[in-house]
Amino acid sequence: MTRYGIRAALAGLAAVLVVGAAGCGDGDSDTGSGAATTGGARSAAVSGTVTVFAAASLTESFTQIGKDFEAANPGTKVTFNFAGSSALANQINQGAPADVFASAAPANMKTVTDAGNGEGTPTTFVRNQLVIAVPKGNPKGITGLTDLTKPDVKVALCAEQVPCGAAAKRALAAANVTVTPVTLEQDVKAALSKVTLGEVDAALVYRTDVRAAASDVDGVEFPESSSAVDDYPIIVLKNAPNKAGAQAFLNWVLSDKGRNVLTQAGFQAP
Amino acid sequence: MTDVRIEPASGPILDAHLVVDRGAFRLDLRLRIDAGEVVGLLGPNGAGKTTTLRALAGLQPLSAGHITVAGRDLDRPDRRLWTPTERRPIGVVFQDYLLFPHLTALDNVAFGPRRHGVDRRTARRRAVDWLARVGLHEHARSKPRQLSGGQAQRVALARALAVDPLLLLLDEPLAALDARTRLDTRAELHRHLTEHPGATLLVTHDPLDALVLADRLLIIEDGHLVQEGDAATITAQPRTDYVARLVGLNLYRGKADGHTIHLSDDFSLSVGDPLHGDAFVAFPPTAVALHPHQPDGSPRNTWPATVTGLQRHGDNLRVQLAGPIAAAADITPAAAAHLQLAPGQTVWAAVKATETRAYPAAARQVTTPAASKDS
Amino acid sequence: MVGIDEQDPAVRPKGPVPPRRRTQRVPAPLLLPAGAGLAFLVLPLAGLVYRAPWTSLPRRLTEPEVLTALRLSLQAATIATGVCLALGVPLAWLLARVDFPGRRIVRALVTVPLVLPPVVGGIALLLVFGRRGIIGTWLDSTFGITLPFTTTGVIVAEAFVAMPFLVIAVEGALRGADTRYEEAAATLGAGRWTTFTHVTLPLVAPGIAAGAVLGWARALGEFGATITFAGNFPGRTQTMPLAVYLALETDLQAAIVLSLILLTVSVTILAALRDKWLTAP
Repeated sequence: MTRYGIRAALAGLAAVLVVGAAGCGDGDSDTGSGAATTGGARSAAVSGTVTVFAAASLTESFTQIGKDFEAANPGTKVTFNFAGSSALANQINQGAPADVFASAAPANMKTVTDAGNGEGTPTTFVRNQLVIAVPKGNPKGITGLTDLTKPDVKVALCAEQVPCGAAAKRALAAANVTVTPVTLEQDVKAALSKVTLGEVDAALVYRTDVRAAASDVDGVEFPESSSAVDDYPIIVLKNAPNKAGAQAFLNWVLSDKGRNVLTQAGFQAP
Repeated sequence: MTDVRIEPASGPILDAHLVVDRGAFRLDLRLRIDAGEVVGLLGPNGAGKTTTLRALAGLQPLSAGHITVAGRDLDRPDRRLWTPTERRPIGVVFQDYLLFPHLTALDNVAFGPRRHGVDRRTARRRAVDWLARVGLHEHARSKPRQLSGGQAQRVALARALAVDPLLLLLDEPLAALDARTRLDTRAELHRHLTEHPGATLLVTHDPLDALVLADRLLIIEDGHLVQEGDAATITAQPRTDYVARLVGLNLYRGKADGHTIHLSDDFSLSVGDPLHGDAFVAFPPTAVALHPHQPDGSPRNTWPATVTGLQRHGDNLRVQLAGPIAAAADITPAAAAHLQLAPGQTVWAAVKATETRAYPAAARQVTTPAASKDS
Repeated sequence: MVGIDEQDPAVRPKGPVPPRRRTQRVPAPLLLPAGAGLAFLVLPLAGLVYRAPWTSLPRRLTEPEVLTALRLSLQAATIATGVCLALGVPLAWLLARVDFPGRRIVRALVTVPLVLPPVVGGIALLLVFGRRGIIGTWLDSTFGITLPFTTTGVIVAEAFVAMPFLVIAVEGALRGADTRYEEAAATLGAGRWTTFTHVTLPLVAPGIAAGAVLGWARALGEFGATITFAGNFPGRTQTMPLAVYLALETDLQAAIVLSLILLTVSVTILAALRDKWLTAP
């Protein structure tokens, strides 16, 4: 073998080991069962790790909620797995150990409940609405959906198969506007990044995404967005390792404290 | 095909003074080859034979000196003159032939002419011609890996000759062949070299190659010339151990004082030819007789020796002897049996003075080329 | 002359020598890891094949989007490989044959696309060739060429990730090649360029072919850089890997089927490559 063959092989081996080690430590570490607490007394005393699988668009808000929850419940730890809702649904159905699932669309939640992995029925806890994201300063002067049809305006949409793409489709249909995007991104953050990088002039993303990236993008509201609103359901999972913790977290999300954080982020009440 | 015509009367084809410094090794050799002449370059390993060939081919730049072919300087460092290999009027036959494995024999031979600007049709015809001349026209479409050693050697020769080189360089052309093939190929090669109008330099370590193929021999050792001349002269009067071994002689150097040559403080030999001063004395192994005891009689050159080795040598045995002088003796197997020779045994060696040859060592009998334009 | 006399019957072997029986048994210390390696690579494949909805395969195979994505994938990968060859072979020659200062650093840089996460590679490409990129703006203003969101962009992204495979394979082949043939060519009157095209390249052709195959396979499977730099649009930039990923969002079965289609096509093409084209003579 040439020197390069050996070097490349070693590099590859190192990469595999590093990736393996990194992947192993993720999220699902020790799940102390909630039963460790005092037998009787308050059922509100919660401890151990709560594993939450949540849609990517909930990243900022849920992280904050997690911190608040941990502060209010000493001895608990909330770990998150933020990803595309359908990927999360797949993982749950394949047996990934999670306590709570918050999805960006009812369809993905349905995949989980249909497989019998949900505890009870899902609750819609927020709604998210689409806005047009444009680069800071709105250089092309976009004011509404029809501006997206202009020939010199490059538009990024989410692919239909993801929630924000389906919502965009509904909105455009309601407005009777046909937009030819240059790309159909696989998740809403990717679509947004195309705007921040300046590669496209506009993208249809969620209001929460624009709020989260307020320094890089501006948001342009449009009336038809009300016909394309995404309901976000949340549920405790049937095989949750920490059921008590899961329920407590869910309650927190639905409580005023949780709702506050979510509204700040740009979500609407259900 | 090369742009310089061969003018028979206008001086040597090759006139060179090769000086190459390679770390601890230094080559310093003057060469002169006329049109049609085949010069053999002999020497032990590491003597500088390959360096000589590579320098002439342009694969090794000179440190000093010059290479002039047909009056044109190819390499002259002090005047910053340098012609790259591809523009030199040379043809090279490499020790491993280096036939291009992806080309047929025909395309191999046509390669040179094509690179020199000959059109495809003419180049092919020339290649067919040359392959026929080396007796391989049925193998024109064969790939090198399908050829035997001898056939590959002939294709390599045809390839080098197809460009009509002014200077033909052969690097141990028969070394890779087995003994039988070598015999036939040597004779063939001799024919082609005789027909070649340009100058030829043949590098070899096999004295038989040199004797059969070369008109003149140059012996180099350690980067410089130690003996030059035709085969007969060199065989008769070797000047170094290497050459002596080459031609199969026992060779010694000492101080001559009439009919006695003192080889060391306590050993001397009687020789037939009277001499004075620094001298060589040589005798063939066949001139050495071995006796179980110190012999009486005419041989005055006797000494006690220990047998250090025994080998078959043709029909006879060659005995390596250690003693006041190291020597090789050829004796018949019967004599060996009679003496019950075995390594470690002591015998008495004897050489008749008339069978020795002595000649002066003092003046270096090397023919130097007439002063030519050089540094 | 002294030495072994080949005519001596004591030295020459008598008659044909019987071949020693050599059972070609693979030593166990090699066989076990080799088997484990093979299983490691083949089992996930087997899993896909086992769970595939074979009944729906023919129908999906003829869906226009699937055929479009497949055709786009094959075309882009092939052209990207062509680009890699045109740029990579000279680069490999430079690294193998020319001793220039900083050569080791350059060689290390060539392997960067290997270690860079493909998405990061895509971002890097955008920063250079994107609308606001260093070279991108110049391309746009001078030639009116934009690369992101175009098929050309797909080719650029795929060539970026495939190039190291080709350069490393070809450099290895060149280093292993015997330079004496090039000397022989020079003595026959061939200049450096002619020697390169007529002698060096044919000698290392199998190595180049092997590198090209590796590069092609890598380009075909590329996802991260493609979707980041070229985006995703059916018919223009949606290659098979992108189609599979999106199918995964809603329909696992569809994703499996698409993956199998891509697998079958590429394995068929690779298996059709004859061994002798890829190994040295």
